[in-house]
Amino acid sequence: MDRTQLLIGVAVALFSLGLVGVIVRRHVLVMLMCMELMLNGVNLSLVTFAQQTSTTVGAVLVFLIFVVATVEIALAIPIVLLLVRTKRTLDLGAYSDLKG
Amino acid sequence: MLTAIVLLPLLGFVLNGLLATRLGGNRVGPRFVSVVGCGLPIASFALVVKALLDLRAGGWAPLVEIAYRWALIGDNVFEIAFYFDRLSAVMALVVTGVGSVIHVYSIGYMKDDEGYGRFFAYLNLFLFFMLLLVLGRSLLVLFVGWEGVGLASYLLIGFWFHDLANARAGKKAFVTNRIGDAGFLLGMFVLFQAVGTLDMDRINAAFSGPTLPLISASLVGVLLFIGATGKSAQIPLHVWLPDAMAGPTPVSALIHAATMVTAGVYLVARMSAVYLHAPEASALIAVVGVATAFFAATIAIVQTDIKKVLAYSTISQLGFMFLALGVGAYGVAIFHLVTHAFFKACLFLGAGSVIHALGGEQDLRRMGGLARRIPLTFWTFAIATAAIAGIPPLAGFFSKDEILWYAFASTRGGSPLLWLVAAATALMTAFYMFRLLWLAFFGRSRMTHEVEHHVHESPLSMTGVLVLLATLSALGGFIAVPHFLETQLPLPPVDGHLHAYETPLLVISVVLALAGLAAAAWLFGGTAERAERLRARFAGMHRWLSGKYFVDELYERMLGRPLAWISDRVFLRFGDRALIDGTLHGLAAIARGSAAVLGRLQTGSLHLYAGFVLVGIVGALLWSWRHV
Repeated sequence: MDRTQLLIGVAVALFSLGLVGVIVRRHVLVMLMCMELMLNGVNLSLVTFAQQTSTTVGAVLVFLIFVVATVEIALAIPIVLLLVRTKRTLDLGAYSDLKG
Repeated sequence: MLTAIVLLPLLGFVLNGLLATRLGGNRVGPRFVSVVGCGLPIASFALVVKALLDLRAGGWAPLVEIAYRWALIGDNVFEIAFYFDRLSAVMALVVTGVGSVIHVYSIGYMKDDEGYGRFFAYLNLFLFFMLLLVLGRSLLVLFVGWEGVGLASYLLIGFWFHDLANARAGKKAFVTNRIGDAGFLLGMFVLFQAVGTLDMDRINAAFSGPTLPLISASLVGVLLFIGATGKSAQIPLHVWLPDAMAGPTPVSALIHAATMVTAGVYLVARMSAVYLHAPEASALIAVVGVATAFFAATIAIVQTDIKKVLAYSTISQLGFMFLALGVGAYGVAIFHLVTHAFFKACLFLGAGSVIHALGGEQDLRRMGGLARRIPLTFWTFAIATAAIAGIPPLAGFFSKDEILWYAFASTRGGSPLLWLVAAATALMTAFYMFRLLWLAFFGRSRMTHEVEHHVHESPLSMTGVLVLLATLSALGGFIAVPHFLETQLPLPPVDGHLHAYETPLLVISVVLALAGLAAAAWLFGGTAERAERLRARFAGMHRWLSGKYFVDELYERMLGRPLAWISDRVFLRFGDRALIDGTLHGLAAIARGSAAVLGRLQTGSLHLYAGFVLVGIVGALLWSWRHV
């Protein structure tokens, strides 16, 4: 297996780990971290392909994703904070008030 | 001008209806109501007289006035037009003349009634529709008038509607009329299809011309007669008229004696050109007419309510008129219509005077000895009774004798059998009318004490009208109506061999009338105990007659109950509840069920939601990978 394939494999692994973590974990902050993992997996694959084709498009997109991830965290953490204030727990199972 | 004749009573209806009723806030007093309510019909009468004079000045050419173009459908024009010829003149004079005097009578009769304004409004409405009926040129306008008088009749029969029985009587009248109207409508459809117009003068011209329209005149004749049966209370649709006596007495006089019930007679007489070519239909009319006359007379003999006797008498006399129409003597039928209007209105209004004098009592078994106490009422009533019994030279004798003669001798369907039944009916007519006179006015008083104490003669507005109508009943026979109408409604040819019978039959008529008088005086004079013994001996027949041959009960059993069953089982339970409501409930249940199923997706668990989002993303990616 050559270097590109290995790197893509790592990126896929990162993404999958993040995906599974979002689905399986109950702790809200851990779910957020797993979402960051997914984003980082995508970043890695973008950089790999950018280097492979010797273009800069992929790298520019990576910077965009950094910014989006940061903004996302900046918004997500206060939301979680407000939720925790009412529910007094970080367990996702407690946030099921919107039952149909 | 013809339009003005028709519209003046409508104006009365609008004015009184809007101002003098609770609807309008009772803005005007009874004086206004009386002046408007009576003045406008009298004005109409004056205009009719003027129209008659104009007609004569114009050489008897019919006056036509087109008021409004109602509809233009393809090539067919439907107009509201008025037509005035000799027949219209006679009818309009009777309607407005007798109508006006009955309006004047109502001033006295309905004086203390709380619905005074409403009463006159309805009476004027009736007069409007009746004039539409009589003066209309087209069968369509006639039919509007026809339905309208039915409406007015319903409103007036149920005038004191707080008593549910009155409302039911009004409903019965209207529904029975509508059954007849189905036949009338079918007749109109057939005529329009065949002739292309509904204008009666044009239809008559089409049937008088060299080539007849391609339609069975008898079919048209029978269908129109079915309509006349409903309106003029002939068998089998006669059941509403006795119940209609629930209305105030002026209503019974105007609508159910003098004018509305004669609309059927007018219709047949107007369409005489059709009936001249319809021997089967004419035969049917004659038979139904004479059978109804006989049948109603037998019931009238045993009635104990003063108004019911007169109601059955009206049905019987209408039967006579139809008998005349059936044998082709159209002018004679109209003559009897006119004399009947005079004496029957006088009789009804006289009965109203009696009821007024007795403070509401209508049962003959609780009257008696009134002749000396209310002499004016008595004498007018006696004159009208003699008129209807056919005692010469009063009006009824002339018209009834003509009918009997043509029933015997007309070549268009006259036969001795018809004459025999009609003569028997004439005998019974004299008998039950004099029975009525004797029971009400002669003999010992059977009144209760408070009633007897308050017996008083009616006011001038009532007695004046009675005197006028009694005079007309006495002298009206000398108005040669059949001769006046002869140019338009020719008298039927008479079998030459039978001329010898003319005088004997005349004598027999008079003998029958006097025999009826004698029998009634003998049975009911004094204490009327001979009548009681007769009733005890024939108790079974008496029960049968008192029950009016149980026709109402038969209709209820044969028609009323099955209809109610069908309405309940088929239409209400199955059609409405099971089908229509069931479909709606079913659709709602489907919506609710699917909502319940889909609602289970919303558990509130964010994990599940996140899972759904990711499944969706994966699915979208796979799809785009496949289809790239």
